[in-house]
Amino acid sequence: MTTSFRIFQFAAPARFYRLAGTLVPWFWAAFAAFAAIGLYIGLFRAPTDATQGDAYRIIFIHVPAAWMSMVLYVVMAFWAAIGWAFNARLASMVARAVAPTGAMFTFLALWTGALWGKPAWGTWWVWDARLTSELIMLFLYAGYLALVSAIDDPRRADRAGALIAVVGSVNVPIIYFSVKWWNTLHQGATVTLTNAPKMASSMLVAMLLLTLAFWAYAFAVVFTRAQAIILERDRHAQWTADAARDTGPAGNAPAIPT
Amino acid sequence: MGALMSAPPAGPQEGALPLGAAAPGAETAPSGLFAALIARDLRLAARRRADALLPIAFFTVAVSLFPFGIGPEAQTLRQIAPGIVWVAALLAAMISVTQLYALDLADGSLEQMLLASPPGLAIGLVAAKAAAHWLVTGLPLVIVAPLFGLMFDMQGVSIATLTFSLLLGTPILSLLGGLGAALTLGLRSGAALLILLIVPLCIPALIFGAGAVSQVDAGLSARGHLSLLGAFLIFTALMAPPATAAALRIATD
Repeated sequence: MTTSFRIFQFAAPARFYRLAGTLVPWFWAAFAAFAAIGLYIGLFRAPTDATQGDAYRIIFIHVPAAWMSMVLYVVMAFWAAIGWAFNARLASMVARAVAPTGAMFTFLALWTGALWGKPAWGTWWVWDARLTSELIMLFLYAGYLALVSAIDDPRRADRAGALIAVVGSVNVPIIYFSVKWWNTLHQGATVTLTNAPKMASSMLVAMLLLTLAFWAYAFAVVFTRAQAIILERDRHAQWTADAARDTGPAGNAPAIPT
Repeated sequence: MGALMSAPPAGPQEGALPLGAAAPGAETAPSGLFAALIARDLRLAARRRADALLPIAFFTVAVSLFPFGIGPEAQTLRQIAPGIVWVAALLAAMISVTQLYALDLADGSLEQMLLASPPGLAIGLVAAKAAAHWLVTGLPLVIVAPLFGLMFDMQGVSIATLTFSLLLGTPILSLLGGLGAALTLGLRSGAALLILLIVPLCIPALIFGAGAVSQVDAGLSARGHLSLLGAFLIFTALMAPPATAAALRIATD
C-alpha cells in the first residue's frame, strides 16, 4: 500500500513544489539537447527549398511555435476548468503559469510568420485565415492575462479566468471557421498555405525535434513559474519557509525564527 | 417568493426600484419575473434618459467620423459602409454594457436578486438584463441604421440587408457584453478590460453581419451569411446566460 505510486498526491502544492524542483533541470537538459540536434538538422542537414531558398528554414521555429500556442491554450483552459470545478488550487495555479508561455509562443508564431512572409510572399502580413485566427488567439491570451491580473482576490481571479478560458476555447472553432469563410469571400486564394509541397524527411525530423524542444521548454518554464506562484500564495505556511531555506542560494538562507 | 419580490432591495437609493413595482401583484412564475425585470430596467433607463441615449449618440459620432478619416469619395464609402456601421455598433454595445450590473451591485439589488433566485432563475435574470440592454441600446441602432445607409449612398436592398443583419446581430452583442460586464464587475479599468475580453468573441457576428451586405453588393444571396448569423445568435442565446450567471456568482461570492 505504501509502495504504490499515487499521482494525486502531487495535487498538494507542497509536494508538487518539490517534484517540480526535481524535474525542471531535466526539462532544461531535454530542451537543450532537442533544440541543438533539431537546429543542426534543420539548418545544416535539411536540403534547400527549390522555390524559397534558405528562407523557409524559419519553419523549424514557426510551425512548432504555432502548434504550442494552440496546445497550451487547451492545456490552460483544461487546468483552469479542473481548478474551478473541483476547487483544486494547484490546477488553477498551473493554468495561471501556462498562460504567459502560451502567449509568448503565439507572439513567436506571429513574429516568425511575418519574418517568413516577407521573403516568401513579399509582405509582412496578409489577412490570411491562419494568421488572423492566430492574432485572435493572442487577443484571447491577452484577455485572460488581463482579467486574472485585474482581480486582486486570487481565488476569484482563478474562477473568472477559468470561465473566460472555457468560453474562449468553445469559441475558438467558431472564430476559426468564420475567419476562414470571411477570408475566402474577400480575397481570392492569392496565397495558400495549405498545399505545401511534400516535405523532405530531414525537414520533418527537425520540425518534430524542435516541437519536443518547445514542449520541454514549456514544461521547464511553466513548472518554474508554478513554483513561484505556489510560494507566493502559500507564503504564510511553514513549509514554504522550510522550502525557501532548503532551496535558497547557499550562504544566503533567510534566518527564519522558529 | 412573493414577499421577496414586493420587498424593496436593501439600502434603497435614488433610482433603485423594487422588482414588484413594475408589475404589482404579478404572478411569480418565471415568465412574470422575466417580464418584471425587463420592465424594471426599461423604467430605470427612462428615468436616466441622457444615459440611455449616450450609446446611440456614440454610434452616430463614430460612424460620422469615418468619412473624415477616409475621404468623401462616395464609391469607397459605399463599399465600406456596412463594416463601419457594424464596427460602430459593436463598440457602442461594448461601451454601454459596462454599466449593466454596476448600478445593481452598488445599491445591493443584484445580490438580493441572486439570493432570491435559485440557479435556474439566475439565468433568467441575466437573460432579462441582456434583453433590456438590447431594447435600450441595440434596437435604436437597428432603427437608425437605414439612415446611415442613405448617408453612405447604399442601395435599398443593401440597406435592408444591413438592417436585418443588425437586428439579428445586436442581441449577440448584448448577450456577450453581459458576460463581459459580469466578469469585470467591480474591477478597475473594467471598460477597457471588457472590450479586450469580449470583442474577439464577437468577431464571427461582425464577419457574418457585414459579410451579408457585401454578398448582396456582389449580386449574391445573403441567405448563407444571415443563416450563420442566426445560428450564432441561437448558440449565444443558449450559452451566454449560463456563463453570465456563473460569472455573477463568482463576482459576488
